[in-house]
Amino acid sequence: MSHPIISVRNLHKWYSGVHALKGVSLDIYPNETVGLIGDNGAGKSTLINILSGVQLASEGEIHLDGKPVRIRSPRDAMDLGIETIYQYNSMVPTMSIARNMFIGREPLKFRLFGLGVMDHKQMAAESTDAIAGAGLHLRSPDALVGELSGGQRQGVAIARAMHFKSRVMILDEPTNHLAVKETKKVIDFVRSLKDLNITGIFISHNIHHVFECCDRIVAMARGEVVLDKRAEDTSMDEILDVL
Amino acid sequence: MKRLLKIYMEKPELAALVLLVLLVILFQVQSGGVFLSANNLRGILGILPEIGLMVIGVTILMICGEFDLSVGSVFALMPMVMAVLMADGTPFILAFGAGIAACAAIGFVNGFLTINYNIPSFITTLGMLFIARSLTIVISGGFPPLLPNDLPNWLFTVFVGPGDLFRMSFVWFVVIAVLASLMMSRTNFGNWIRATGGFLPAAQAMGIPTARVKIACFMLCSMLAGFAGMIQVLRLGSPLPSIGEGWELQAVAAAVIGGTALSGGIGAVLGGVIGAILIRVIDNGLVLSQVDANWFKFAIGFLTIFAVVVNSWLAKRAKAIKVET
Repeated sequence: MSHPIISVRNLHKWYSGVHALKGVSLDIYPNETVGLIGDNGAGKSTLINILSGVQLASEGEIHLDGKPVRIRSPRDAMDLGIETIYQYNSMVPTMSIARNMFIGREPLKFRLFGLGVMDHKQMAAESTDAIAGAGLHLRSPDALVGELSGGQRQGVAIARAMHFKSRVMILDEPTNHLAVKETKKVIDFVRSLKDLNITGIFISHNIHHVFECCDRIVAMARGEVVLDKRAEDTSMDEILDVL
Repeated sequence: MKRLLKIYMEKPELAALVLLVLLVILFQVQSGGVFLSANNLRGILGILPEIGLMVIGVTILMICGEFDLSVGSVFALMPMVMAVLMADGTPFILAFGAGIAACAAIGFVNGFLTINYNIPSFITTLGMLFIARSLTIVISGGFPPLLPNDLPNWLFTVFVGPGDLFRMSFVWFVVIAVLASLMMSRTNFGNWIRATGGFLPAAQAMGIPTARVKIACFMLCSMLAGFAGMIQVLRLGSPLPSIGEGWELQAVAAAVIGGTALSGGIGAVLGGVIGAILIRVIDNGLVLSQVDANWFKFAIGFLTIFAVVVNSWLAKRAKAIKVET
Protein backbone atom coordinates (compact mmCIF):
# COMPACT_ATOMS: atom_id res chain seq x y z
CA MET A 1 0.00 0.00 0.00
CA SER A 2 1.22 3.51 -0.79
CA HIS A 3 1.63 6.29 1.73
CA PRO A 4 -1.46 8.14 2.86
CA ILE A 5 -2.25 11.43 1.11
CA ILE A 6 -3.96 12.82 4.18
CA SER A 7 -3.42 11.57 7.63
CA VAL A 8 -5.16 12.95 10.64
CA ARG A 9 -3.71 12.31 14.08
CA ASN A 10 -5.51 12.57 17.39
CA LEU A 11 -7.86 15.37 16.36
CA HIS A 12 -9.92 16.97 19.15
CA LYS A 13 -12.57 19.64 18.98
CA TRP A 14 -14.48 21.23 21.83
CA TYR A 15 -17.42 23.58 21.40
CA SER A 16 -17.77 25.35 24.74
CA GLY A 17 -18.36 22.26 26.85
CA VAL A 18 -19.22 19.79 24.09
CA HIS A 19 -16.45 17.41 23.12
CA ALA A 20 -17.35 16.96 19.45
CA LEU A 21 -14.23 15.13 18.27
CA LYS A 22 -12.51 12.80 20.73
CA GLY A 23 -9.09 12.02 19.32
CA VAL A 24 -9.89 11.04 15.75
CA SER A 25 -7.08 9.46 13.71
CA LEU A 26 -7.60 8.55 10.08
CA ASP A 27 -5.44 7.76 7.05
CA ILE A 28 -6.71 8.40 3.57
CA TYR A 29 -4.83 6.90 0.64
CA PRO A 30 -4.38 8.36 -2.85
CA ASN A 31 -7.19 7.67 -5.29
CA GLU A 32 -9.41 5.87 -2.85
CA THR A 33 -12.91 7.02 -2.18
CA VAL A 34 -13.80 7.00 1.48
CA GLY A 35 -17.39 7.06 2.61
CA LEU A 36 -17.78 8.86 5.92
CA ILE A 37 -20.97 7.93 7.62
CA GLY A 38 -22.62 8.74 10.92
CA ASP A 39 -25.71 10.11 12.56
CA ASN A 40 -26.30 13.80 13.16
CA GLY A 41 -23.88 14.99 15.82
CA ALA A 42 -21.47 12.11 15.27
CA GLY A 43 -18.68 14.56 14.45
CA LYS A 44 -18.34 13.94 10.73
CA SER A 45 -19.16 17.51 9.76
CA THR A 46 -16.72 18.81 12.37
CA LEU A 47 -13.98 16.60 10.97
CA ILE A 48 -14.72 17.77 7.43
CA ASN A 49 -14.90 21.44 8.46
CA ILE A 50 -11.46 21.13 9.99
CA LEU A 51 -10.04 19.56 6.83
CA SER A 52 -11.61 22.25 4.63
CA GLY A 53 -10.44 25.10 6.85
CA VAL A 54 -13.85 26.32 7.99
CA GLN A 55 -13.07 25.42 11.62
CA LEU A 56 -9.87 25.02 13.58
CA ALA A 57 -9.05 21.88 15.53
CA SER A 58 -8.62 22.31 19.27
CA GLU A 59 -5.83 19.73 19.26
CA GLY A 60 -4.18 17.28 16.88
CA GLU A 61 -2.26 17.18 13.63
CA ILE A 62 -2.96 16.96 9.93
CA HIS A 63 -0.36 15.61 7.50
CA LEU A 64 -0.51 15.97 3.75
CA ASP A 65 1.86 13.67 1.81
CA GLY A 66 3.57 12.93 5.11
CA LYS A 67 4.31 16.58 5.88
CA PRO A 68 2.54 18.38 8.72
CA VAL A 69 0.27 21.17 7.44
CA ARG A 70 -1.75 23.90 9.12
CA ILE A 71 -5.13 24.59 7.58
CA ARG A 72 -6.23 27.89 9.06
CA SER A 73 -8.72 29.05 6.42
CA PRO A 74 -10.65 27.67 3.45
CA ARG A 75 -8.06 29.35 1.29
CA ASP A 76 -5.26 27.30 2.91
CA ALA A 77 -7.16 24.11 2.16
CA MET A 78 -7.76 25.11 -1.47
CA ASP A 79 -4.10 26.01 -1.91
CA LEU A 80 -3.23 22.50 -0.69
CA GLY A 81 -5.57 21.04 -3.30
CA ILE A 82 -8.45 20.19 -0.97
CA GLU A 83 -11.77 21.28 -2.49
CA THR A 84 -15.07 20.94 -0.70
CA ILE A 85 -18.55 20.65 -2.13
CA TYR A 86 -21.16 21.53 0.44
CA GLN A 87 -24.68 20.41 1.07
CA TYR A 88 -25.96 23.96 0.95
CA ASN A 89 -23.80 24.67 -1.93
CA SER A 90 -21.02 27.17 -2.10
CA MET A 91 -22.64 29.22 -4.84
CA VAL A 92 -24.02 32.77 -4.72
CA PRO A 93 -27.46 32.65 -6.38
CA THR A 94 -27.43 36.30 -7.44
CA MET A 95 -24.24 35.91 -9.45
CA SER A 96 -23.51 34.37 -12.84
CA ILE A 97 -22.02 30.92 -13.27
CA ALA A 98 -18.74 32.37 -14.57
CA ARG A 99 -18.40 34.70 -11.59
CA ASN A 100 -19.25 31.89 -9.18
CA MET A 101 -16.66 29.59 -10.69
CA PHE A 102 -13.90 31.99 -9.80
CA ILE A 103 -15.00 33.56 -6.49
CA GLY A 104 -11.82 34.34 -4.59
CA ARG A 105 -9.65 33.03 -7.43
CA GLU A 106 -10.47 35.41 -10.26
CA PRO A 107 -8.01 35.50 -13.15
CA LEU A 108 -6.70 39.06 -13.27
CA LYS A 109 -5.39 41.10 -16.18
CA PHE A 110 -3.55 43.32 -13.82
CA ARG A 111 -3.01 43.24 -10.09
CA LEU A 112 -1.87 45.40 -7.20
CA PHE A 113 -1.80 43.98 -3.65
CA GLY A 114 -4.04 41.10 -4.72
CA LEU A 115 -6.72 43.36 -6.20
CA GLY A 116 -7.17 43.98 -9.89
CA VAL A 117 -9.22 43.82 -13.06
CA MET A 118 -10.85 40.49 -13.85
CA ASP A 119 -10.34 38.81 -17.19
CA HIS A 120 -13.99 38.26 -18.14
CA LYS A 121 -13.11 36.55 -21.42
CA GLN A 122 -10.91 33.98 -19.74
CA MET A 123 -13.53 33.43 -17.04
CA ALA A 124 -16.26 32.81 -19.60
CA ALA A 125 -14.10 30.50 -21.72
CA GLU A 126 -12.74 28.48 -18.83
CA SER A 127 -16.08 28.07 -17.12
CA THR A 128 -17.69 26.93 -20.38
CA ASP A 129 -14.95 24.29 -20.71
CA ALA A 130 -15.17 23.24 -17.08
CA ILE A 131 -18.94 22.87 -17.23
CA ALA A 132 -18.74 20.80 -20.39
CA GLY A 133 -15.97 18.75 -18.79
CA ALA A 134 -18.25 17.93 -15.88
CA GLY A 135 -20.84 16.62 -18.36
CA LEU A 136 -23.26 19.46 -17.75
CA HIS A 137 -25.24 21.08 -20.54
CA LEU A 138 -25.59 24.78 -19.89
CA ARG A 139 -25.81 27.23 -22.72
CA SER A 140 -24.31 30.30 -21.20
CA PRO A 141 -21.85 30.92 -18.36
CA ASP A 142 -23.64 34.24 -17.84
CA ALA A 143 -26.82 32.63 -16.52
CA LEU A 144 -27.50 33.32 -12.85
CA VAL A 145 -26.84 30.39 -10.53
CA GLY A 146 -30.18 31.18 -8.84
CA GLU A 147 -31.94 29.97 -11.99
CA LEU A 148 -30.32 26.53 -11.97
CA SER A 149 -31.79 23.42 -10.39
CA GLY A 150 -30.17 21.94 -7.29
CA GLY A 151 -28.48 19.26 -9.36
CA GLN A 152 -27.15 21.75 -11.89
CA ARG A 153 -25.74 23.82 -9.05
CA GLN A 154 -23.93 20.83 -7.61
CA GLY A 155 -22.71 20.19 -11.14
CA VAL A 156 -21.23 23.67 -11.31
CA ALA A 157 -19.66 23.20 -7.87
CA ILE A 158 -18.10 19.94 -9.07
CA ALA A 159 -16.91 21.60 -12.28
CA ARG A 160 -15.30 24.31 -10.17
CA ALA A 161 -13.52 21.81 -7.92
CA MET A 162 -12.23 19.92 -10.94
CA HIS A 163 -11.16 23.05 -12.75
CA PHE A 164 -8.89 23.99 -9.89
CA LYS A 165 -7.18 20.61 -10.08
CA SER A 166 -8.12 19.37 -6.70
CA ARG A 167 -6.24 16.38 -5.33
CA VAL A 168 -8.71 15.68 -2.59
CA MET A 169 -12.38 16.34 -3.07
CA ILE A 170 -14.64 16.44 -0.02
CA LEU A 171 -18.32 16.05 -0.79
CA ASP A 172 -20.36 17.05 2.26
CA GLU A 173 -23.81 15.48 1.86
CA PRO A 174 -23.99 16.64 -1.74
CA THR A 175 -27.11 14.62 -2.49
CA ASN A 176 -29.38 16.19 0.10
CA HIS A 177 -32.20 18.19 -1.51
CA LEU A 178 -31.59 16.59 -4.89
CA ALA A 179 -34.05 14.76 -7.10
CA VAL A 180 -33.54 11.04 -7.66
CA LYS A 181 -32.04 11.41 -11.13
CA GLU A 182 -29.73 14.18 -10.02
CA THR A 183 -28.64 12.11 -7.02
CA LYS A 184 -27.67 9.31 -9.36
CA LYS A 185 -25.55 11.72 -11.40
CA VAL A 186 -23.65 12.82 -8.30
CA ILE A 187 -23.12 9.19 -7.20
CA ASP A 188 -21.82 8.33 -10.67
CA PHE A 189 -19.48 11.25 -10.45
CA VAL A 190 -18.12 10.13 -7.08
CA ARG A 191 -17.52 6.70 -8.57
CA SER A 192 -15.56 8.25 -11.43
CA LEU A 193 -13.20 10.21 -9.15
CA LYS A 194 -10.66 7.38 -9.21
CA ASP A 195 -10.28 7.65 -13.00
CA LEU A 196 -9.64 11.36 -12.58
CA ASN A 197 -6.86 10.70 -10.06
CA ILE A 198 -8.76 12.43 -7.31
CA THR A 199 -9.07 11.20 -3.76
CA GLY A 200 -12.64 11.46 -2.55
CA ILE A 201 -14.24 11.82 0.86
CA PHE A 202 -17.96 11.35 0.55
CA ILE A 203 -20.09 12.27 3.56
CA SER A 204 -23.61 11.00 3.75
CA HIS A 205 -26.10 9.59 6.16
CA ASN A 206 -27.55 7.45 3.43
CA ILE A 207 -25.82 4.07 3.75
CA HIS A 208 -27.02 2.92 0.34
CA HIS A 209 -25.33 5.83 -1.41
CA VAL A 210 -22.08 5.15 0.39
CA PHE A 211 -22.05 1.48 -0.56
CA GLU A 212 -22.77 2.39 -4.16
CA CYS A 213 -19.69 4.50 -4.72
CA CYS A 214 -17.05 4.09 -2.01
CA ASP A 215 -14.04 1.78 -1.63
CA ARG A 216 -13.78 2.14 2.10
CA ILE A 217 -16.25 2.99 4.77
CA VAL A 218 -15.56 4.91 7.95
CA ALA A 219 -18.33 5.19 10.49
CA MET A 220 -18.35 7.78 13.25
CA ALA A 221 -20.43 7.96 16.40
CA ARG A 222 -20.19 10.25 19.43
CA GLY A 223 -17.04 11.95 18.14
CA GLU A 224 -15.06 8.78 17.50
CA VAL A 225 -14.33 6.47 14.60
CA VAL A 226 -16.20 3.27 15.42
CA LEU A 227 -15.65 1.32 12.21
CA ASP A 228 -13.12 1.49 9.38
CA LYS A 229 -13.30 -1.28 6.77
CA ARG A 230 -13.14 -1.92 3.04
CA ALA A 231 -16.62 -1.77 1.57
CA GLU A 232 -16.45 -5.46 0.53
CA ASP A 233 -15.52 -6.53 4.07
CA THR A 234 -18.52 -5.04 5.80
CA SER A 235 -22.28 -4.90 5.46
CA MET A 236 -25.05 -2.42 6.01
CA ASP A 237 -26.17 -4.35 9.08
CA GLU A 238 -22.76 -4.20 10.68
CA ILE A 239 -22.64 -0.44 10.16
CA LEU A 240 -26.13 0.11 11.50
CA ASP A 241 -25.08 -1.86 14.58
CA VAL A 242 -22.14 0.37 15.46
CA LEU A 243 -23.85 3.71 14.82
CA MET B 1 -35.15 38.35 -28.70
CA LYS B 2 -36.81 36.58 -25.81
CA ARG B 3 -33.42 36.15 -24.17
CA LEU B 4 -32.67 39.86 -24.55
CA LEU B 5 -36.03 40.80 -23.08
CA LYS B 6 -35.39 38.48 -20.16
CA ILE B 7 -31.95 39.96 -19.53
CA TYR B 8 -33.35 43.49 -19.50
CA MET B 9 -36.31 42.63 -17.33
CA GLU B 10 -33.89 41.17 -14.80
CA LYS B 11 -31.91 44.42 -14.64
CA PRO B 12 -33.12 45.95 -11.38
CA GLU B 13 -32.37 49.50 -12.49
CA LEU B 14 -34.71 49.25 -15.46
CA ALA B 15 -37.89 50.24 -13.61
CA ALA B 16 -36.24 53.37 -12.24
CA LEU B 17 -34.92 54.38 -15.64
CA VAL B 18 -38.36 54.07 -17.25
CA LEU B 19 -39.89 56.07 -14.38
CA LEU B 20 -37.25 58.76 -14.77
CA VAL B 21 -37.97 59.20 -18.47
CA LEU B 22 -41.73 59.33 -17.82
CA LEU B 23 -41.37 61.88 -15.03
CA VAL B 24 -39.07 64.10 -17.08
CA ILE B 25 -41.63 64.14 -19.89
CA LEU B 26 -44.45 64.82 -17.43
CA PHE B 27 -42.65 67.70 -15.72
CA GLN B 28 -41.53 69.14 -19.04
CA VAL B 29 -45.15 69.32 -20.22
CA GLN B 30 -46.51 70.45 -16.84
CA SER B 31 -44.01 73.29 -16.52
CA GLY B 32 -44.53 74.51 -20.08
CA GLY B 33 -40.99 73.67 -21.18
CA VAL B 34 -39.20 75.25 -18.23
CA PHE B 35 -38.09 71.93 -16.70
CA LEU B 36 -35.46 71.10 -19.34
CA SER B 37 -34.32 74.70 -19.80
CA ALA B 38 -30.63 75.37 -19.22
CA ASN B 39 -31.36 77.46 -16.15
CA ASN B 40 -33.36 74.76 -14.43
CA LEU B 41 -30.97 71.96 -15.40
CA ARG B 42 -28.18 74.04 -13.91
CA GLY B 43 -30.08 74.00 -10.62
CA ILE B 44 -30.70 70.26 -10.66
CA LEU B 45 -27.20 69.25 -11.75
CA GLY B 46 -25.62 71.65 -9.25
CA ILE B 47 -27.18 69.89 -6.27
CA LEU B 48 -27.34 66.34 -7.63
CA PRO B 49 -23.71 65.35 -6.84
CA GLU B 50 -24.23 65.98 -3.12
CA ILE B 51 -26.92 63.32 -2.68
CA GLY B 52 -25.51 61.31 -5.59
CA LEU B 53 -22.07 60.72 -4.06
CA MET B 54 -23.70 59.61 -0.82
CA VAL B 55 -25.96 57.22 -2.72
CA ILE B 56 -23.00 55.57 -4.49
CA GLY B 57 -21.48 54.59 -1.14
CA VAL B 58 -24.79 53.51 0.34
CA THR B 59 -25.56 51.38 -2.73
CA ILE B 60 -22.22 49.54 -2.61
CA LEU B 61 -22.59 48.93 1.11
CA MET B 62 -26.11 47.57 0.59
CA ILE B 63 -24.92 45.23 -2.16
CA CYS B 64 -22.37 44.01 0.39
CA GLY B 65 -25.28 43.17 2.70
CA GLU B 66 -24.92 46.00 5.22
CA PHE B 67 -26.56 49.29 5.88
CA ASP B 68 -25.47 52.75 7.06
CA LEU B 69 -27.73 55.23 8.81
CA SER B 70 -24.87 57.51 9.85
CA VAL B 71 -24.13 58.97 6.40
CA GLY B 72 -26.30 62.06 6.96
CA SER B 73 -24.37 62.94 10.12
CA VAL B 74 -21.00 62.17 8.56
CA PHE B 75 -22.07 64.48 5.72
CA ALA B 76 -22.10 67.32 8.28
CA LEU B 77 -19.17 66.19 10.42
CA MET B 78 -16.52 66.00 7.69
CA PRO B 79 -16.85 69.65 6.54
CA MET B 80 -17.13 70.79 10.16
CA VAL B 81 -13.84 69.07 11.02
CA MET B 82 -12.30 70.84 8.04
CA ALA B 83 -13.81 74.22 8.91
CA VAL B 84 -12.60 74.07 12.51
CA LEU B 85 -9.09 73.11 11.42
CA MET B 86 -9.00 75.79 8.73
CA ALA B 87 -10.20 78.41 11.20
CA ASP B 88 -7.07 77.54 13.19
CA GLY B 89 -4.94 78.20 10.12
CA THR B 90 -4.56 74.66 8.75
CA PRO B 91 -4.20 74.69 4.96
CA PHE B 92 -7.09 73.28 2.92
CA ILE B 93 -5.32 70.15 1.76
CA LEU B 94 -4.33 69.07 5.28
CA ALA B 95 -7.79 69.84 6.61
CA PHE B 96 -9.23 67.80 3.76
CA GLY B 97 -6.97 64.88 4.66
CA ALA B 98 -8.00 65.09 8.30
CA GLY B 99 -11.69 65.23 7.36
CA ILE B 100 -11.45 62.18 5.10
CA ALA B 101 -9.44 60.35 7.75
CA ALA B 102 -12.16 61.09 10.30
CA CYS B 103 -14.76 59.63 7.90
CA ALA B 104 -12.61 56.55 7.31
CA ALA B 105 -12.30 56.09 11.08
CA ILE B 106 -16.06 56.33 11.53
CA GLY B 107 -16.61 53.81 8.75
CA PHE B 108 -14.06 51.51 10.32
CA VAL B 109 -15.74 51.71 13.73
CA ASN B 110 -19.14 51.06 12.15
CA GLY B 111 -17.83 48.00 10.34
CA PHE B 112 -15.65 46.69 13.15
CA LEU B 113 -18.43 46.83 15.75
CA THR B 114 -20.99 45.36 13.37
CA ILE B 115 -18.83 42.39 12.44
CA ASN B 116 -16.87 41.76 15.62
CA TYR B 117 -19.87 41.81 17.93
CA ASN B 118 -22.31 40.52 15.36
CA ILE B 119 -24.64 43.50 15.79
CA PRO B 120 -27.09 44.44 13.02
CA SER B 121 -25.56 47.40 11.15
CA PHE B 122 -28.90 49.16 11.62
CA ILE B 123 -28.08 49.48 15.34
CA THR B 124 -24.38 50.37 15.13
CA THR B 125 -24.94 53.02 12.50
CA LEU B 126 -28.03 54.39 14.28
CA GLY B 127 -25.77 54.96 17.26
CA MET B 128 -23.19 56.55 15.01
CA LEU B 129 -25.89 58.82 13.52
CA PHE B 130 -26.34 60.45 16.94
CA ILE B 131 -22.66 60.40 17.88
CA ALA B 132 -21.44 62.02 14.64
CA ARG B 133 -24.21 64.66 14.70
CA SER B 134 -23.41 65.51 18.30
CA LEU B 135 -19.67 65.75 17.59
CA THR B 136 -20.41 68.10 14.69
CA ILE B 137 -22.22 70.53 16.97
CA VAL B 138 -19.74 70.16 19.84
CA ILE B 139 -16.64 70.90 17.73
CA SER B 140 -18.39 73.84 16.08
CA GLY B 141 -18.78 75.31 19.56
CA GLY B 142 -22.39 76.25 18.93
CA PHE B 143 -21.93 78.45 15.91
CA PRO B 144 -20.20 77.55 12.67
CA PRO B 145 -16.69 78.96 12.12
CA LEU B 146 -16.11 81.27 9.17
CA LEU B 147 -14.56 79.65 6.12
CA PRO B 148 -11.34 81.22 4.82
CA ASN B 149 -11.50 83.12 1.52
CA ASP B 150 -8.89 81.18 -0.40
CA LEU B 151 -10.81 77.91 -0.83
CA PRO B 152 -10.29 75.87 -4.01
CA ASN B 153 -13.80 76.52 -5.29
CA TRP B 154 -12.50 76.18 -8.84
CA LEU B 155 -12.00 72.51 -8.12
CA PHE B 156 -15.44 71.81 -6.67
CA THR B 157 -18.18 74.36 -7.16
CA VAL B 158 -17.52 76.68 -10.12
CA PHE B 159 -19.79 76.30 -13.14
CA VAL B 160 -18.17 74.62 -16.12
CA GLY B 161 -19.20 72.79 -19.26
CA PRO B 162 -21.14 73.95 -22.31
CA GLY B 163 -23.22 76.99 -21.36
CA ASP B 164 -21.96 76.63 -17.77
CA LEU B 165 -24.48 73.80 -17.45
CA PHE B 166 -22.98 72.08 -14.41
CA ARG B 167 -20.57 72.61 -11.56
CA MET B 168 -17.17 70.96 -11.07
CA SER B 169 -18.84 68.80 -8.41
CA PHE B 170 -20.78 67.13 -11.21
CA VAL B 171 -17.51 66.12 -12.87
CA TRP B 172 -16.35 64.56 -9.59
CA PHE B 173 -19.67 62.78 -9.31
CA VAL B 174 -19.52 61.32 -12.83
CA VAL B 175 -15.89 60.23 -12.46
CA ILE B 176 -16.50 58.59 -9.08
CA ALA B 177 -19.70 56.94 -10.30
CA VAL B 178 -17.90 55.47 -13.32
CA LEU B 179 -15.00 54.27 -11.18
CA ALA B 180 -17.35 52.73 -8.60
CA SER B 181 -19.35 51.06 -11.34
CA LEU B 182 -16.20 49.63 -12.91
CA MET B 183 -15.00 48.46 -9.52
CA MET B 184 -18.24 46.53 -9.01
CA SER B 185 -18.38 44.95 -12.46
CA ARG B 186 -14.76 44.59 -13.52
CA THR B 187 -12.58 43.97 -10.47
CA ASN B 188 -12.23 40.94 -8.28
CA PHE B 189 -13.00 43.17 -5.29
CA GLY B 190 -16.41 43.90 -6.84
CA ASN B 191 -16.93 40.17 -7.21
CA TRP B 192 -16.12 39.69 -3.52
CA ILE B 193 -18.51 42.47 -2.45
CA ARG B 194 -21.37 40.90 -4.37
CA ALA B 195 -20.55 37.41 -3.13
CA THR B 196 -20.32 38.61 0.47
CA GLY B 197 -23.70 40.28 0.27
CA GLY B 198 -25.28 37.62 -1.94
CA PHE B 199 -24.61 34.55 0.19
CA LEU B 200 -22.20 35.00 3.08
CA PRO B 201 -21.56 31.28 3.84
CA ALA B 202 -20.55 30.66 0.22
CA ALA B 203 -18.21 33.65 0.19
CA GLN B 204 -16.61 32.43 3.41
CA ALA B 205 -16.30 28.87 2.16
CA MET B 206 -14.53 30.14 -0.94
CA GLY B 207 -11.96 31.88 1.23
CA ILE B 208 -13.00 35.50 0.72
CA PRO B 209 -11.96 37.76 3.65
CA THR B 210 -15.58 38.81 4.16
CA ALA B 211 -14.96 40.84 7.33
CA ARG B 212 -12.35 42.97 5.60
CA VAL B 213 -14.53 43.36 2.52
CA LYS B 214 -17.42 44.62 4.64
CA ILE B 215 -15.27 47.01 6.66
CA ALA B 216 -13.81 48.40 3.43
CA CYS B 217 -17.35 49.06 2.16
CA PHE B 218 -18.31 50.81 5.41
CA MET B 219 -15.23 53.01 5.12
CA LEU B 220 -15.88 53.81 1.46
CA CYS B 221 -19.49 54.70 2.28
CA SER B 222 -18.49 57.10 5.08
CA MET B 223 -15.76 58.75 3.01
CA LEU B 224 -18.08 59.38 0.07
CA ALA B 225 -20.72 60.85 2.40
CA GLY B 226 -18.13 63.15 3.98
CA PHE B 227 -16.80 64.21 0.58
CA ALA B 228 -20.35 65.02 -0.52
CA GLY B 229 -20.84 67.09 2.62
CA MET B 230 -17.70 69.07 1.93
CA ILE B 231 -18.96 69.87 -1.57
CA GLN B 232 -22.24 71.16 -0.18
CA VAL B 233 -20.46 73.34 2.37
CA LEU B 234 -18.22 74.81 -0.32
CA ARG B 235 -21.32 75.57 -2.38
CA LEU B 236 -23.18 77.15 0.53
CA GLY B 237 -20.09 78.93 1.84
CA SER B 238 -20.80 78.01 5.45
CA PRO B 239 -20.50 74.79 7.47
CA LEU B 240 -23.97 74.46 8.99
CA PRO B 241 -24.11 71.68 11.61
CA SER B 242 -27.61 70.66 10.55
CA ILE B 243 -26.91 69.76 6.90
CA GLY B 244 -27.65 66.23 5.76
CA GLU B 245 -30.36 65.59 8.33
CA GLY B 246 -32.74 62.98 6.95
CA TRP B 247 -30.50 62.37 3.96
CA GLU B 248 -29.51 58.91 5.19
CA LEU B 249 -33.03 57.73 4.48
CA GLN B 250 -33.24 59.55 1.16
CA ALA B 251 -30.01 57.82 0.17
CA VAL B 252 -31.42 54.43 1.10
CA ALA B 253 -34.60 55.29 -0.81
CA ALA B 254 -32.55 56.24 -3.88
CA ALA B 255 -30.61 52.97 -3.73
CA VAL B 256 -33.81 50.96 -3.34
CA ILE B 257 -35.58 52.86 -6.12
CA GLY B 258 -32.56 52.03 -8.27
CA GLY B 259 -33.11 48.33 -7.67
CA THR B 260 -30.71 47.56 -4.82
CA ALA B 261 -32.02 44.96 -2.40
CA LEU B 262 -31.79 45.53 1.35
CA SER B 263 -30.88 41.86 1.74
CA GLY B 264 -27.67 42.29 -0.26
CA GLY B 265 -26.18 40.82 -3.40
CA ILE B 266 -28.50 42.61 -5.81
CA GLY B 267 -28.10 46.09 -7.24
CA ALA B 268 -25.88 48.34 -9.28
CA VAL B 269 -24.17 51.69 -8.84
CA LEU B 270 -25.96 52.92 -11.97
CA GLY B 271 -29.30 52.11 -10.33
CA GLY B 272 -28.39 54.19 -7.29
CA VAL B 273 -27.37 57.07 -9.53
CA ILE B 274 -30.71 56.89 -11.36
CA GLY B 275 -32.47 56.80 -7.98
CA ALA B 276 -30.61 59.92 -6.88
CA ILE B 277 -31.49 61.72 -10.11
CA LEU B 278 -35.14 60.74 -9.64
CA ILE B 279 -35.19 62.28 -6.18
CA ARG B 280 -33.71 65.56 -7.43
CA VAL B 281 -36.04 65.58 -10.44
CA ILE B 282 -39.12 65.09 -8.28
CA ASP B 283 -38.05 67.78 -5.81
CA ASN B 284 -37.49 70.24 -8.60
CA GLY B 285 -40.38 69.15 -10.81
CA LEU B 286 -42.97 69.48 -8.06
CA VAL B 287 -41.90 73.07 -7.41
CA LEU B 288 -42.01 73.93 -11.11
CA SER B 289 -45.43 72.35 -11.45
CA GLN B 290 -46.57 74.53 -8.56
CA VAL B 291 -47.54 71.55 -6.47
CA ASP B 292 -47.49 72.05 -2.69
CA ALA B 293 -43.87 71.22 -1.72
CA ASN B 294 -45.08 69.08 1.15
CA TRP B 295 -45.95 66.41 -1.38
CA PHE B 296 -42.21 65.82 -1.91
CA LYS B 297 -41.83 63.24 0.83
CA PHE B 298 -45.05 61.60 -0.25
CA ALA B 299 -43.64 61.22 -3.74
CA ILE B 300 -40.36 59.73 -2.49
CA GLY B 301 -42.20 57.30 -0.26
CA PHE B 302 -44.60 56.28 -2.99
CA LEU B 303 -41.78 55.86 -5.46
CA THR B 304 -39.73 53.68 -3.11
CA ILE B 305 -42.58 51.24 -2.60
CA PHE B 306 -43.67 51.42 -6.22
CA ALA B 307 -40.15 50.71 -7.53
CA VAL B 308 -39.77 47.65 -5.33
CA VAL B 309 -43.17 46.31 -6.33
CA VAL B 310 -42.45 46.84 -10.03
CA ASN B 311 -39.03 45.23 -9.69
CA SER B 312 -40.40 42.18 -7.98
CA TRP B 313 -43.15 41.92 -10.60
CA LEU B 314 -40.62 42.25 -13.43
CA ALA B 315 -38.37 39.62 -11.87
CA LYS B 316 -41.30 37.23 -11.65
CA ARG B 317 -42.28 37.87 -15.27
CA ALA B 318 -38.65 37.43 -16.35
CA LYS B 319 -38.46 34.11 -14.55
CA ALA B 320 -41.57 32.97 -16.39
CA ILE B 321 -39.93 33.61 -19.76
CA LYS B 322 -38.48 30.27 -20.68
CA VAL B 323 -35.12 30.29 -22.35
CA GLU B 324 -32.65 27.45 -22.17
CA THR B 325 -29.95 27.99 -19.58
